[in-house]
Amino acid sequence: MEEFVKAQDLVKYYPVYKRGILLKKQTGAVHAVDGVSFSIAKGQTLGLVGESGCGKSTTAKVLLGLERPDAGHAFVDEKEVHETLDDTNDEKVRRFRRGMQMIFQNPYGSLDPRMTVYDIVSEPCVIHQHIPRSEWNEKVYELLRMVGLEEYHAERYPHEFSGGQRQRICIARALASDPKLIVADEPVSSLDVSIRAQILNLIMDLQKEKELTYLYISHDLSSVRQVSHHVAVMYLGKIFEYAKSEELFDKPLNPYTQALISAVPIPDPKTKRERIILAGDVPSPINPPSGCRFHPRCRYATEICKKQEPPLIDALAKDHFVACHHADKFV
Amino acid sequence: MEDHHILNVHELKTYFYTENGIVKAVDGISFQLGEREIVGLVGESGSGKTVTALSVLRLVPRPGRIVSGKVYLEGEDLLAKSEKEMARVRGRKVAIVFQDPSSSLDPLFTVGDQVQEIIMYHEGMPKKEAVERTTELFQRVGIPEPEKRIHMYPHEFSGGMRQRICIARALALSPKILFADEPTTNLDVTIQAQVLDLMRGLHNNLGMSMVIITHDMGIVADMAQRIVVLYAGNVCEAANTHDLFYSPKHPYTEALLEAVPRLDRHKKLGVIKGNIPNLIEPPSGCRFHPRCPYAKEICSQKVPELEKIDGNHYVACHRWRELALVGGA
Repeated sequence: MEEFVKAQDLVKYYPVYKRGILLKKQTGAVHAVDGVSFSIAKGQTLGLVGESGCGKSTTAKVLLGLERPDAGHAFVDEKEVHETLDDTNDEKVRRFRRGMQMIFQNPYGSLDPRMTVYDIVSEPCVIHQHIPRSEWNEKVYELLRMVGLEEYHAERYPHEFSGGQRQRICIARALASDPKLIVADEPVSSLDVSIRAQILNLIMDLQKEKELTYLYISHDLSSVRQVSHHVAVMYLGKIFEYAKSEELFDKPLNPYTQALISAVPIPDPKTKRERIILAGDVPSPINPPSGCRFHPRCRYATEICKKQEPPLIDALAKDHFVACHHADKFV
Repeated sequence: MEDHHILNVHELKTYFYTENGIVKAVDGISFQLGEREIVGLVGESGSGKTVTALSVLRLVPRPGRIVSGKVYLEGEDLLAKSEKEMARVRGRKVAIVFQDPSSSLDPLFTVGDQVQEIIMYHEGMPKKEAVERTTELFQRVGIPEPEKRIHMYPHEFSGGMRQRICIARALALSPKILFADEPTTNLDVTIQAQVLDLMRGLHNNLGMSMVIITHDMGIVADMAQRIVVLYAGNVCEAANTHDLFYSPKHPYTEALLEAVPRLDRHKKLGVIKGNIPNLIEPPSGCRFHPRCPYAKEICSQKVPELEKIDGNHYVACHRWRELALVGGA
């Protein structure tokens, strides 16, 4: 399959300083993303799951070129993201940017309250000038219809809409520049259950219609399963497991993934599952634990886990990648 | 009144008198809580779950007011009590844990102080004993090294730990009923599992009755014995957990079960069309009718009564007899 998005050993550290009287001294670094690799085929969705602070959003920012990685490369549509963005030819940079858009978690914070919906949705056209001025109106109305809004909504302001409708506006705006890649960072987390289903279905329908490639970031495993073809599980800046969606949820090989899946309550009172309760909190990413980063909370941890970091390998040769010394036990 | 219920909320109405009009946040909600029972109040935002809890504790903020209804706690009507008497009910008989543990703890006091304060005030206990009691409580809710931790401030704890502290504080006076308002909504899944496990343990060991308020059908499936489904300030359906999931009688319950993505299956999500109604001018008749796929003329004209189907199953729908709804399984 054609790899549309590719990340190779992305690393992003944020320095931590201690302020003295005159000097500030770097005392450490937040290991936000620590050697992350993945790829997404054209028209597919990669779900990136993990708990808060595991580096999901930073990974997305590095991929979109909003943060510069300390090491590693990101490719979108066969172009190295950061090299392309460093190009002195502004036109070329803009054209590249046009192909990648983002949908954020909070539709209240990501829409300018002083702009009408028309201004918001047509702004990408103003910036990129990829379609002639005379076609903007038609484009905006088409997008609004596509995301389930009405034409007359174009003259309104964001505060006149509910959370779900605002998220639809955000989606329309993201689609306005005809992107190929959309990064959706927790797009339904702040929405109510009945609205969540509407937006998830919309996201999936649009993908089919426009052959969009998605990076879908969420801490909610159920919605990730719903939309993703492949899933990557992150913990403290590392990918712990990466496989096809059904494969990962049905046969998780990493103890962290297992715990994560077992922790999600299933809305069916008959489902009785073994509940794996992890002790403690996620450790600080400033000084992550040695060896396997999960070992202090892992019930299968042995000596080797404390000393040696497990590589992400295809243990079964079934495109099911797992980073665990004991993965063979769970097959 | 049936006295085998420890808490009986009857036709509770709480309105908010805002500049834009009267918001009927809770408009005739009734439910019962049995001894040692866990009841789940389920609904989306604006369904009145939180206001119901605040009304029971008589903590409704202005411009809200309890307009009518009865709240019987062990046979006594809480709404008829004076403010002074109420102060003896809160904490001792009914306690509450809020959604956001960071904003319900005072950042200027150590967490120990915030729990001791309650014990010293209500039980007139000397400080030394109160400290011991607090340490015990911290131990019970699973905070490691409680002797050290009671001297720390809220910002030094993670979200999960803060929620444990809030639970310890709620338990300080051994209340009979614990209201938990979205206790795990701000927490990560693995931490959510820890907190739910703690609550399950407290219920089993202390025999406390609980009301869990949540929008997550998964949590109530797991924790509650009975579920009350709220929509726009009304009760749609109330039933034992099993019946609610396998033979829902209200179209909203059915739709809610279909709309939730599930980890154990993969299919296209059912969609509830439209938006949550505005409670200043709620829809006429059944409040769900503009979004209901089964709505008929009568639904927009007449408000459905909460009818008893059998035993413990109640539904407020004109058409429940004719409809064959699909359960969640």
